[in-house]
Amino acid sequence: MELDFARQSHLIWALLPEIVLSISAMAVLLAGVWKHEEGRPQDAHWLGGLALAGLLLAAVANGWLYGLSEVGRDGIIALDGFRLFANWLFLLGAALTIVVSFTYVERQRLQVGEFYALILLATVGMMFMGGTRDLILIFLGLETMSIAAYVLTAYNRRDRRSAEAGLKYFLLGAFSTGFLLYGIALAYGATGTTNVAEMAVSIEGGAGLSGLLVAAMGLLAIGFGFKVAAVPFHMWTPDVYEGAPSPSTAYMAAAVKAASFIAFVRVFLVAFEGVYTSWFPILWWLAALTMVVANLVALTQANVKRMLAYSSVAHGGYLLVAIAAANQMATAGLLFYLLVYTFMTVGAFGILMVVSAQSEERLQLEDYSGLGWRQPYLGILFTIFLLSLAGFPGTGGFMGKIYLLQGAAEAHLWTLAVILVLTTVVSYFYYLRVSWYMWMRPAEGGAGEPGEDSAIFAPLPMRVALVATAGIILFLGIFPGNILDFAFVSAQDLFPPASGLIGGGP
Amino acid sequence: MSETYIPVLLLFGVSVLNAVGMMVATHILNPRRSTPQKDMPYESGMIPLGDTRARFSVKFYMVAISFIIFDLEAIFLIPWAVEMRYLGWEGFIAVSIFVAVLVVGLIYEWKKGGLEWD
Repeated sequence: MELDFARQSHLIWALLPEIVLSISAMAVLLAGVWKHEEGRPQDAHWLGGLALAGLLLAAVANGWLYGLSEVGRDGIIALDGFRLFANWLFLLGAALTIVVSFTYVERQRLQVGEFYALILLATVGMMFMGGTRDLILIFLGLETMSIAAYVLTAYNRRDRRSAEAGLKYFLLGAFSTGFLLYGIALAYGATGTTNVAEMAVSIEGGAGLSGLLVAAMGLLAIGFGFKVAAVPFHMWTPDVYEGAPSPSTAYMAAAVKAASFIAFVRVFLVAFEGVYTSWFPILWWLAALTMVVANLVALTQANVKRMLAYSSVAHGGYLLVAIAAANQMATAGLLFYLLVYTFMTVGAFGILMVVSAQSEERLQLEDYSGLGWRQPYLGILFTIFLLSLAGFPGTGGFMGKIYLLQGAAEAHLWTLAVILVLTTVVSYFYYLRVSWYMWMRPAEGGAGEPGEDSAIFAPLPMRVALVATAGIILFLGIFPGNILDFAFVSAQDLFPPASGLIGGGP
Repeated sequence: MSETYIPVLLLFGVSVLNAVGMMVATHILNPRRSTPQKDMPYESGMIPLGDTRARFSVKFYMVAISFIIFDLEAIFLIPWAVEMRYLGWEGFIAVSIFVAVLVVGLIYEWKKGGLEWD
């Protein structure tokens, strides 16, 4: 079937995954409040299962969209491989977060129905961000996602740090949204349209580079920079990631970041394709600064959750290299990397939740000493996640970095490629330090201490999720071919069919 | 293109002049005769006692939030109602979806106890 947005009913077909997910979110919300009895904790498994069913239905709808095609490449809703790949990322991130969160939300006595409903609603917002060609809709999706994320951050109302993190995130998020909106307004002023495809046509066909457009690109880069936590707009990240409940942090680090990157790519690589040379330096510096600063600061962190927050900023830097490279290989590398990154981040935060006894304690490095020998399975899994985050050969993280480097090389970004490699070497230190504590240090009063085993509790869904993510990471590290080809084909739709490649570096 | 913005600029200028002019004019024109009554925080009013930062029950906040939501519903419904015949069935379906989502919110609030005062 070919979709033509001149007919309103076709919009419904194009938005089927989003519609399905919105309805499931409302169903989870109502189900949560319906079964609730005063003073009794809600059953996380039942509501989480309902949310997972909603995600599965949305995934089916997303798969079904592969059978459809669209008229032209400038409809308000994109129906290209890029969007559908992004949707897989968001749905996977949400599903993994829900699976690892069951015991956490029960032990922390969080309001289960709303928690899962908010995760689903944030996912709807992300799918809009990734799935539209209109800047206004990108903005609406971003707001839907962000508002849900603010609430998820401040969700544990018995925890002061959670409230503080929520307020911080809200204030800075609102501030950055202002930049983004101003950028959208100026881009509209410069080109006369809010549609990214029409914007590209307008820029190539005479509007060209004006002061207005430069200001618009700068403001949009700042707005997206805040959302993807690029240095120097990363200040909120460590505090927010540390204070938020661990499942929310996993979800923010994986899915929220992915959604911001997807929208970032679509706006800059499609709309501003014609003026690549003028926005390229901004992205170059953002990427270089993010990689260097985040990795250096991560070296000094003694708190594992905070270390993972800085690591997430650093990974944002690697992904920014792909946007600066702006070719199909780099975009495919970005999609592949985001996929691997979703698995390894949620996996690492899952281990964190297990070790901290499903609460917010025992997050210091010392708490991990001797853990590997007391809990070998947990130790091995965490080591796999850490090695993959560091980019060790044989893991998905390594292949992801190889593809990012390949994209950078195609665009002749040699300096950025060298910075990427060097900062990766630096990152080995802080990732492997955790492993070192786990395997090489005697247990001293931390989670590895005998007698503390009872507090370490990995229920079945958590175990299944951790083993599956570790397995997928190893699989992607050893046989990345199929998934990369898929990412490459998915990225194709962003680039004009004739050349396939845009930009050529400095 | 930019000349279409001249009325906006004019309006801006007039409002700034108006505001500044009123302040300046009162300063120049008013006679200053200070009396004890005039120095009170509220002239001829109650003498304020205690801290202004009184603590309110969160219930008021709940009511305020519910009010905003359904107030916004009215803001969206009235323009639709005015143009209902022109918008036809498409508009009707869109508004129905909007109201249905709000009804879900209302059911949620009801079951959660947001409508009970105690």
